[in-house]
Amino acid sequence: MAYSGLRIIKEALSGHKGWKPAWRDPEPKGQYDIVIVGGGGHGLATAYYLASRYQTAKVAVLEKGWIGGGNVGRNTTIVRSNYLLDGNQSFYNLSLRMWEDLEQDLNYNAMVSQRGILNLVHTDAQRDAARRRGNAMLLAGDDAELLDTEGVRALYPFLNFENARFPIKGGLLHRRGGTVRHDAVAWGYARGADRRGVDIIQNCEVTGFRIESGRCLGVQTTRGFIGAGKVGVAVAGSSSRVMEKAGLRLPLESHVLQAFVSEGLKPVIPGVITYGAGHFYCSQSDKGGLVFGGDIDMYNTYAQRGNLPVVEDVLESGISLIPALGRVRLLRSWGGIMDMSMDGSPFIDRTPIDGLYFNGGWCYGGFKATPASGLCFAHLMATDTPHEVARAYRLDRFRTGHMIDEKGQGAQPNLH
Amino acid sequence: MMIDHPLLGLRDAQEFTYLGDASLIDRPDWQAEDAQETFHDYLYLRENPAGEHRELWFHETGDRSWLVVTRNTLTHEITKVELARDVARARGRSK
Ligand SMILES: Cc1cc2nc3c(=O)[nH]c(=O)nc-3n(C[C@H](O)[C@H](O)[C@H](O)COP(=O)(O)OP(=O)(O)OC[C@H]3O[C@@H](n4cnc5c(N)ncnc54)[C@H](O)[C@@H]3O)c2cc1C
Repeated sequence: MAYSGLRIIKEALSGHKGWKPAWRDPEPKGQYDIVIVGGGGHGLATAYYLASRYQTAKVAVLEKGWIGGGNVGRNTTIVRSNYLLDGNQSFYNLSLRMWEDLEQDLNYNAMVSQRGILNLVHTDAQRDAARRRGNAMLLAGDDAELLDTEGVRALYPFLNFENARFPIKGGLLHRRGGTVRHDAVAWGYARGADRRGVDIIQNCEVTGFRIESGRCLGVQTTRGFIGAGKVGVAVAGSSSRVMEKAGLRLPLESHVLQAFVSEGLKPVIPGVITYGAGHFYCSQSDKGGLVFGGDIDMYNTYAQRGNLPVVEDVLESGISLIPALGRVRLLRSWGGIMDMSMDGSPFIDRTPIDGLYFNGGWCYGGFKATPASGLCFAHLMATDTPHEVARAYRLDRFRTGHMIDEKGQGAQPNLH
Repeated sequence: MMIDHPLLGLRDAQEFTYLGDASLIDRPDWQAEDAQETFHDYLYLRENPAGEHRELWFHETGDRSWLVVTRNTLTHEITKVELARDVARARGRSK
């Protein structure tokens, strides 16, 4: 059933009795051409592109809980293409272009909103760094604009411009960046994949792999063995736990990132703002809540909840940037477990086991990557060659010295 | 989280900086034949377990000692805290 404005009117007039479930709830079959482990954004997008662009016949997505229950439904929804390094630029450039046509492609309202992202600068050195990044973005075909203090004031007059220690000296504005309704992305891809014959199997945890003579033949699950020509793993924060079952150790640590939402307010923040003097980023959802976050908790964890020091730190940063936040009540906070890699960049690669492929290491920035990650992972699995924009995302890059360390932090995952 | 410092008693985890897996104590031998391979694994690969994890914490705003904390990554429960110095010496390191 295609969605359209006309359809909504028709349903409204007939008591909304004609809507059907957006995807089926099929029983797992014994054998698939390709099995994707993990029903997050990346797994669902991969299945969608396998079916729509690579004409793969029998595809299943296995999800241990419900689709959208992982990071794809927990993130702060920011999408952008403002990278500095070669390995990343063309990938995120493609991803942002894919967001721009996503809703037409999926026939689903994912509320893609290119409301602009403003990265504030507070010192001369930060302004130089922003100018350099902006130039790199322009060279890569993305958009960037350096604003001075007055330019920022025109957009956000209520920021704390006169802070004695961190006055606002300007900002780098990326107008095509913005936000996307996160769980609509999971649902839109799920519906699109299902309509092209993909089986989305929820409550089906992968507990092991059947590997014979160096080849992966399928997966053991809580709903029995499922055979597969190829298996692709895209389980984000659970990457080490799942790949360990295939005997692989990964260049990853799992960390928790917390996010927050305030009570609903009238429209106050039209775009996305990031603070340059503390770790804080904020936007306003269409329901009116301010959605914001900051640093990760810094220690290894698989508990989907964080600790109070980070809550305090994020709120302090927020109030020092937007003093008016002091009057706003916090509604909810939550955490998600992320796959933090050793250089802060992701992996889309084969593994040493034939027929087993890995997608992970997205750190706290994998939501914006969802369309390109799905396309590139589908390309890799369908053709056995890397997609041209994802060639750098190799699992062996630390061995060969080709790390992609945007922040220049070295092998310390919690600093990326 | 509260960390039971062997010398100072219960301290707020906020006073500490986190480094990572305590296997970082076992720096490989740089003169060994396979040093390139072992250093790659040492520096870049992690067990990243869901459950008990031995990890290095630095008491940055306290007595500046390094600790090996045994903590459950599923529950955040801390079951053991040792001075990293003692752990390193017990493993044959000089300091
Ligand atoms: C608080 C927070 C804020 C963030 N903000 C942003 C942001 O503003 N912008 C941005 O770009 N990124 C952001 N991110 C990062 C982004 O959300 C993730 O990088 C991305 O969602 C990860 O990919 P995914 O959607 O496939 O992951 P997930 O949705 O986590 O999908 C993985 C799925 O695998 C399933 N799974 C795990 N183990 C198994 C198993 N054994 N068998 C079967 N299934 C299994 C899980 O249940 C889960 O559903 C944020 C993350 C968090 C936590």
